[in-house]
Amino acid sequence: MSYLEYNVKHVPTGLRKILHLNWPLIILLASVAGVGFLMLYSVAGGTFTPWAEPQMKRFALGLALMVAVGMVPIWMWRNLAGVAYIGTVLLLLGVEFFGSVGMGAQRWIELGSFRLQPSELMKITLVMMLAAYYDWLPAKRTSRPIWVLIPIIIVLVPTFLVLKQPDLGTALLLLFAGGGLIFLAGVHWAYFAVVITAGVGLITAVFQSRGTPWQLLKDYQFRRIDTFIDPSTDPLGAGYHITQSKIALGSGGWTGRGFMQGTQSRLNFLPEKHTDFIFTTLAEEFGFVGGFSLLGLYALIIVFCIAAALVNKDRFSSLLTLGIALNFFLFFAVNMSMVMGLAPVVGVPLPLVSYGGSAMLVLLLAFGLVQSAHVHRPR
Amino acid sequence: MRRSRAETDTNHAKLSRRAALLGGVQLLFMGGLAARMNYLQVDQADQYLLLAEENRINIRLIPPSRGEIFDRNGVKLAQNSPSYRIVMVREDAGDVDDVMQRLAKVINLDAEARDRAIAEVKAAERFLPVTVADNVTWDDLSRVSVNAPALPGVSPEVGLTRVYPRGSDFAHIVGRVGRVSQADLDEQETPDAVLRIPRFQIGRINVEAREEALLRGVAGTKQVEVNATGRVMRELSRREGQSGADLQLTVDSNLQNYVQARLGDESAAVVIIDCEHGDLVANASSPSYDPNLFIGGISSADYNPMLESKYRPLVNKTVQGTYPPGSTYKMVVAMAALEEGIVGPDDTVYCPGHLEVGGRRFHCWKRAGHGWVDLENSLKQSCDVYYYELALKVGIEKISAMARQLGLGVRHDLPLSSVAAGLAPTKEWKKETRGADWVIGDTVNASIGQGFTLASPLQLAVMTARIATNRMVTPRLIKSIDGIEQPSGGGEPMGINENNLRKIRQGMHVVVNDRRGTGYRSRIIAEDMRMAGKTGTSQVRNITTAERARGVSRNEDLPWERRDHALFVAFAPSDKPRYAISVLVEHGGGGSTAAAPIARDVMLQALYGGEPPLDAYPTSDRDRISAQQEQLREVQPQATIKGKDQA
Repeated sequence: MSYLEYNVKHVPTGLRKILHLNWPLIILLASVAGVGFLMLYSVAGGTFTPWAEPQMKRFALGLALMVAVGMVPIWMWRNLAGVAYIGTVLLLLGVEFFGSVGMGAQRWIELGSFRLQPSELMKITLVMMLAAYYDWLPAKRTSRPIWVLIPIIIVLVPTFLVLKQPDLGTALLLLFAGGGLIFLAGVHWAYFAVVITAGVGLITAVFQSRGTPWQLLKDYQFRRIDTFIDPSTDPLGAGYHITQSKIALGSGGWTGRGFMQGTQSRLNFLPEKHTDFIFTTLAEEFGFVGGFSLLGLYALIIVFCIAAALVNKDRFSSLLTLGIALNFFLFFAVNMSMVMGLAPVVGVPLPLVSYGGSAMLVLLLAFGLVQSAHVHRPR
Repeated sequence: MRRSRAETDTNHAKLSRRAALLGGVQLLFMGGLAARMNYLQVDQADQYLLLAEENRINIRLIPPSRGEIFDRNGVKLAQNSPSYRIVMVREDAGDVDDVMQRLAKVINLDAEARDRAIAEVKAAERFLPVTVADNVTWDDLSRVSVNAPALPGVSPEVGLTRVYPRGSDFAHIVGRVGRVSQADLDEQETPDAVLRIPRFQIGRINVEAREEALLRGVAGTKQVEVNATGRVMRELSRREGQSGADLQLTVDSNLQNYVQARLGDESAAVVIIDCEHGDLVANASSPSYDPNLFIGGISSADYNPMLESKYRPLVNKTVQGTYPPGSTYKMVVAMAALEEGIVGPDDTVYCPGHLEVGGRRFHCWKRAGHGWVDLENSLKQSCDVYYYELALKVGIEKISAMARQLGLGVRHDLPLSSVAAGLAPTKEWKKETRGADWVIGDTVNASIGQGFTLASPLQLAVMTARIATNRMVTPRLIKSIDGIEQPSGGGEPMGINENNLRKIRQGMHVVVNDRRGTGYRSRIIAEDMRMAGKTGTSQVRNITTAERARGVSRNEDLPWERRDHALFVAFAPSDKPRYAISVLVEHGGGGSTAAAPIARDVMLQALYGGEPPLDAYPTSDRDRISAQQEQLREVQPQATIKGKDQA
């Protein structure tokens, strides 16, 4: 609605839109995906099957999808935000009832040959919903309690559903992404101060209560938390992955052991070497230089997204772009922290690099929205 | 709901500020990740690199292949054959019981074997492979491989195991190997690392044990890259070990086979020595057993009968068993007397059938006596009284010194287990061990190889070879090691008066070839292969005066354990000796009837290098010998070789 204030005459139409896509961003995305192909080729022992080739096909499909989404005017997406959000929440509910169980958790719905993972989609539609909400909400109401409560509910409903699957990693990502967007929208500091203080207080209370008569959790729950936080207390169970992962990284050194020379991944010391732990293979084979370069590519993607958001005068577009960038950041930040032993092992893949169709398609779809916002920005 | 440009700008400015802030936080976090990456990959790289190497590199020992053992003609007596086995690593198996259940279905393991395997796996270190099925067939091996996904931690292995193709023929020479036991490891200060290889085999007895150092070889090592489950992915480097030395024995496997077959189930021993080099061309102890049964553990059903048998199949009677040499000892007494010059070969002694010494009456085996006998006759008819007289004149010290010179009462250095020294008694010896003074009766007993005197069949064969050659023939069993010929046992000249020796040999010649000789029935009639020998019958009981009064019991009427030992020593051809032989038949009765025929058959077999023609035998014996040859031709050694169906 606010869009109508701006001059839309200069917005390109038809195929000319292609020229106005955010090409540097596409090149960056393709570069990261390229790194992914290389690593999948390597961990498969120097063959395109079973991982690199399907991944390339999916990337091509995803790229086409991104351009297609980018062609659609951004206001169409904004208008669809509510429907998309509610639809995804319904899908999450659907997983509860019809979902398949994979890796000990219910995560996807089989739709013919396609596996839909609603929690992936949720990350995008949540951002869309919040962006649309704050676009609609007059600025002076932003910090009023009742108008703060609504986005909180918008965030908590899908978070709760994902947590029930159970998928703690994605739930946390949703929580952080939603919180981030609320922060970006300009909600008053005080709310965040209260929430953070309350959170820290609660965690402290729980830990302080340990060993006292009024402890808040059972002993076994504490022990579970212990190994979650510090896997080295369980070296052959949870700690095994992280120890091997650190060995892989460390043995890479400055320049790595060379392409296809990583022993840790080649010899299966690494778990999930083609999905969640693929970064370790990169770091082992290409060393600090390789790992740092990938981090650099990711940083550039974030920077380009923020830059695109800042030049975009449309509030929905800016919020959407920033939200998607934040999501993307959370993905790789959590994944890298995990493999470097800085965070507990939660199942979060390395975006665009880890093997996995659903995540990649959803991610490229999201960047399609970023493209749409970029192409149709007010001039 | 239009908005003013100003409000939009304010909103956008706020959004930009917060976006910059959040972006800054993100970049800061990425900086943190980079720092962590730097810490792990640059600062601590060395440490992690080391860990990665330790992770993947495993040093494994390559068991050396054990040296093989051949007979003098290159026939394999002990060889290494591939054997297939199934091993399990507890760490990789997870639920051992469950996996074993499944394995038992795949390879048809009986419940007892399965339970034993489960217990062994559980007792072992969790990362060590434990053999759960040994000597499996190729089919079983394939089935395990095919079902590998359902059998975690289970893998097939190919190893070498010892096989004795000549089976029971060589149990008492080659011996056998067995698995390394904890006791073996404890025995040594720093045990060779190869001993820790699971199922490594070391020599248990005889040549296998005594030449362990030569046969074992040196273990090699290989560096292998293993994956997270311990599976070997590839070999990085390999330092070859050294396989053990191949041994060639002096034994002729054909002759050995013949001798074992000839002895059959008799509790007996035969040693035949090549006079030129001291080579033991056959060294048979009977009954024997199949050493292959012991490889991989013998069942008590097989083992107990061996332990309990009164014929003692586990004892190597040729070197381990010592017996009173009986009349075969008479050459020693005669030699001592001749060398001392106390008697001449032609001096005669009157034999009335007994001799009174120190108030005791010592009988000659022939109650009626032999009348006047000289040296040749004393040997030919084995007159005891002649030797009583001689011994009384010479004295025990001289007799025993001569015995030792001839190889009796000394331990011969052979790579066999429990080689006995026998005994050539002296006064001092009796004082020390019995705490009693030597009495004259002891000398009289010793003169006919009774009393304290003990000799093994090997020693008797050596004695005969030395008499035949006048050289210090020493027995040897190893002909060559890895193709390097070992020193001959031909020996230096003994320095005994050849004339005296010639008299003794002549006496032995007539024992067999004179019509009145005790060994006449076992003569050889082939002209250039005449045999010279001496019979011996040694008592294992005292004949009481009462028994002598009512007539000495015939051997056939006595229980087996109390019958006399039958002995016979011989060399041939008598004019140009090639082989010396000794035969002992435990509780076989008379030497002339039980031992001499065996000696003749074996000697002919050795001289002809195979089955002798019938015309080497006296005419009257030919039919019987022909039938016997027919029968023996078919006798094969017992050799249970497991896992044969793999081919």
